Amino acid sequence: MVHLKIDGIPVEVEENTTILQAARQYGIEIPTLCHLEDVLPNGSCRLCVVEVTNNGRTRFITACTMPCTEGDEVQTKSEQVIKHRKTTLDLMLSDHRVHCFSCEANGDCKLQEYCFEYGVDATSYEGKRNDDIPIDDSNKFFTYDRSLCILCHRCVNTCQEIVGRGAIDTLNRGFNTKIGAHYLYDWDQGICESCGNCVQACPTGALSMKRRKKYRPYQVEKKVLTTCPHCATGCQYYLIVKDGKIVDTEAYDGPSNKGLLCVKGRNGSFDFVHSPDRIKYPLIKNKETGEFERASWDEALDLVASKFMEIKKQYGPDSLAGFACSRSPNEDIYMVQKMVRTCFGTNNTDNCARVCHSASVAGLYMTLGSGAMTNPIEDITRNSELIMLVGSNPEEAHPVVGMQIRQALKRGCKLIVADPRDIGFAKQADIHLKLKPGTNVAFANGIMHVIIEEGLQDEKFIAERTEGYEKIKEIVKEYTPEKVAEICHIDADDLRKAAIMYAKAERAPIIYCLGVTEHSTGTEGVMSMSNMALLVGKLGRPGCGVNPLRGQNNVQGACDMGAQPTDFPGYQKVAAPGVVEKFEKAWGVPLSHEVGTHATDVFPKAITKEIRGLYIYGEDPVVTDPDTSHIIKALESLDFFVIQELFMTETAQYADVILPGVSYAEKEGTFSNTERRVQRVRKAVTVEGEMRLDTDIIIDLMNRMGYPQPHLTSAQIMDEIASVTPSFAGISHERLDSEEVAGKGLQWPCPSKDHPGTPIMHVGKFTRGLAWFYPAEYVPSAEVPDDDYPIILMTGRILYHYTTRAMTGRTPELMEIEGKSFIEMNIEDANKLGIANGDRVKVSSRRGSIESTARVGTKTSPGESWMPFHFPDGNANWLTNAALDKYARIPEYKVCAVKIEKA
Amino acid sequence: MSSEKKFVPFQGTKEQEEQLRKVIADHKGQRGALMPVLQQAQEIYGYLPAEVQQIISDEMKIPVSKICGVVTFYSFYSLYPKGKYRISVCLGTACYVKGSNKIYDKLQEVLGINSGECTPDGKFSLEACRCIGACGLAPVMMINDDVHGRLTPDCVEDILAKYE
Repeated sequence: MVHLKIDGIPVEVEENTTILQAARQYGIEIPTLCHLEDVLPNGSCRLCVVEVTNNGRTRFITACTMPCTEGDEVQTKSEQVIKHRKTTLDLMLSDHRVHCFSCEANGDCKLQEYCFEYGVDATSYEGKRNDDIPIDDSNKFFTYDRSLCILCHRCVNTCQEIVGRGAIDTLNRGFNTKIGAHYLYDWDQGICESCGNCVQACPTGALSMKRRKKYRPYQVEKKVLTTCPHCATGCQYYLIVKDGKIVDTEAYDGPSNKGLLCVKGRNGSFDFVHSPDRIKYPLIKNKETGEFERASWDEALDLVASKFMEIKKQYGPDSLAGFACSRSPNEDIYMVQKMVRTCFGTNNTDNCARVCHSASVAGLYMTLGSGAMTNPIEDITRNSELIMLVGSNPEEAHPVVGMQIRQALKRGCKLIVADPRDIGFAKQADIHLKLKPGTNVAFANGIMHVIIEEGLQDEKFIAERTEGYEKIKEIVKEYTPEKVAEICHIDADDLRKAAIMYAKAERAPIIYCLGVTEHSTGTEGVMSMSNMALLVGKLGRPGCGVNPLRGQNNVQGACDMGAQPTDFPGYQKVAAPGVVEKFEKAWGVPLSHEVGTHATDVFPKAITKEIRGLYIYGEDPVVTDPDTSHIIKALESLDFFVIQELFMTETAQYADVILPGVSYAEKEGTFSNTERRVQRVRKAVTVEGEMRLDTDIIIDLMNRMGYPQPHLTSAQIMDEIASVTPSFAGISHERLDSEEVAGKGLQWPCPSKDHPGTPIMHVGKFTRGLAWFYPAEYVPSAEVPDDDYPIILMTGRILYHYTTRAMTGRTPELMEIEGKSFIEMNIEDANKLGIANGDRVKVSSRRGSIESTARVGTKTSPGESWMPFHFPDGNANWLTNAALDKYARIPEYKVCAVKIEKA
Repeated sequence: MSSEKKFVPFQGTKEQEEQLRKVIADHKGQRGALMPVLQQAQEIYGYLPAEVQQIISDEMKIPVSKICGVVTFYSFYSLYPKGKYRISVCLGTACYVKGSNKIYDKLQEVLGINSGECTPDGKFSLEACRCIGACGLAPVMMINDDVHGRLTPDCVEDILAKYE
């Protein structure tokens, strides 16, 4: 420890603590414009200068760069120090255009604040200024104005060190220095992802969001801390409200986002709330004209309740089904499944995890006893030596996780990528195994073969904590690297190297995503991931685990809340003894003992008339589910179809009744992020219209269908959830809002009010007791290429949009960046087919045909192609195959056979 | 803010690219390798055009913005090739007193380039120098090995016309 005095106060700090850090630890404020936590000190602004006396010698030093020395006497506000700071500010103003009245940063500018504090209003160093450099407004969301830039480098350090993108740097030297992407082109021509973290880091108005022109900081009515509604990272931010409208967002230092946001969270999470095309009143379809007509709530609710009860009476409870929305709060989802179970009288309830991570829920439940990410994001990105990334592109699908993985790589963490495409991380990987799509099981068995061959398996862990080892050992014997190389189209030596690297790393998590799950063998793929981790004992400890990055903001919660045909809330199985009885007692009505129908089976059953009435809350299967024409046929076959929605989606158009709900920004609740962290969603605004709180709609329907459900607030619903769900027993809104939790959320299992939550699962004991090695054998995809359809098509997501675009598509700037369908194909295939980059192409499968634009390159291997499913002008789901996995009933989005021709 | 400058078209050869890739391979895994690689790249190509920076960025996995930052910071690195005719204007004390800055400004105006740059046709490159030991002829400039003295802004164009 080092001892010193700051402003006369005795201070004791760890060695290598800087004077700035020491002062902050003791609550002493030292001004700084350039300092960024967790990044090497920059020392560029010179404002943190302090007077340090030691051994009779006095020096003026920047507090951010200087480590404390034993016996230092530090003065942070001496007369000399103040004089130096004034001079520094004076010099800064000599090349800073002072136009505070019209500056967007007025009232939110550190330079202005310090000038005010130190009484500097104008420069005494008049001379040449960088006033004539045009503002770079090429970025869709923000501008860079050199005349306001003080060259503190916070933006550059944020982009390079924290976001890890390296899109911008300091260009030129001396007086001509500026910040930019390149000396030849503008900001938007580089690799900038428009995440805007640099803008939030800027202490002046040099980097400014374009929307800042619309409000002043002092006009802000309130800032509401809430959870991002896009992916499952669970980023925390403020919604900035002015005159009852959300005008901006501001990142908050949440446990999973560490003060960062991505382009969608920062920019695409509020335009849709105030979109003029929100559905504002209930709509009932006129059977004769086929047009929707405005209805009163009573009319609409009466019709819905009576129709469902009619169908139930005539065809039985199992002719009804209801899906919950994975992007809505836990409380809403809980009420939807409660309505389906108590009023419909069936377990035919599901959520869209069915089409993304149901394989993870089922697979990890079977092998480990709990179908969720085992370790927190912070743990697997900060404590790991090596990351094994399988079928996951976090830089685009979970961008803020991607940023934290980039930070890990900067710290020297190794990376193995197993992915059929040259995703961004493939370039940064130590080894990239460019697997043929659909060969994950073979790949995992190959890895295990090498580990056992090299004797790197963790015998003690296997003996004490697992079962089924002998069987899997027998199976993987066949999977020699050479055989696997042939199946997966990879290099056998790379596979060997990867296996050895993974096994030898002390702390190495497997992070995977839909590249593993969305196959007809998805559940086996997932279990192969846990097999690998079990073999080397990398579970139940820090920096390890098997970590599915969940899709939607609350898809984890939708599964947790029991919107599943097999599970009541908290994964209490319909089939397990006593569970149905427990809920019958809690809810006071008899419940079905039969496991329900999975969402992906509901559509075929609608065609065969086994399902006749469907209630969908906030899903758009016409866009998202495989084989669109089959989905449309199913919806058209239904006797009665109700949708609870914000917008007239493709699916809503097939509904008989549309009930307008409200968005995440208009209600209270909780989302559970991918790391099982339950975080608050808070109401920021009320939007004009007759829309109603979604839980109120459900509760009104329940009462009309004969179930006496009292009206509850979101917090009261969470209390009911806690009372019937052991893993949520310790969670309540009150606790989440308390000082104890302090914006960090609670990670389930959280079995009691004094339980701190569970960051890492399976420590010491698996939820299942002993973990199980699933004996997985490689089985080829359901549809493989042939002469007629010779190319494999994979589907996925891009950075700028979220699934159906119902939300992100209403932010015009995002549509300007990426707004049209495209297909990535290999240059060898393109040359054979006479297709050039940018050509219009016709893509056909056995199920349908669409047009798109070719992006030709080497991102995909020969014989393979890839498409996003966001865009209606060529949605990949007209082509995809609804072949289902035997356990989880997840469709095979990642492999179908197509033919590509010039359009 | 985009630079509207026209650059001499990149004319790197396959051999040069092979040499560059070898240089990068030789520095693989070394810390602080960027500066020496850039230095050797400049030896290979004579300057560091954007295309060369991009190759270095891809191969060394360093963002191109960072390479731009380094290249534009150090005066040693040149973004422009040397022209067929290299013009050096003396801005030393004697020449300056005699108004060489006016000659320099005139050259920039006539050629349409700034100091350190090269005309897009690759003909003339312009730089300043400090005293070539011909103070008696001040103000002076050199074009390749020819010394031109006692200059006035008006005679600049006639002199340039002599160089084809």
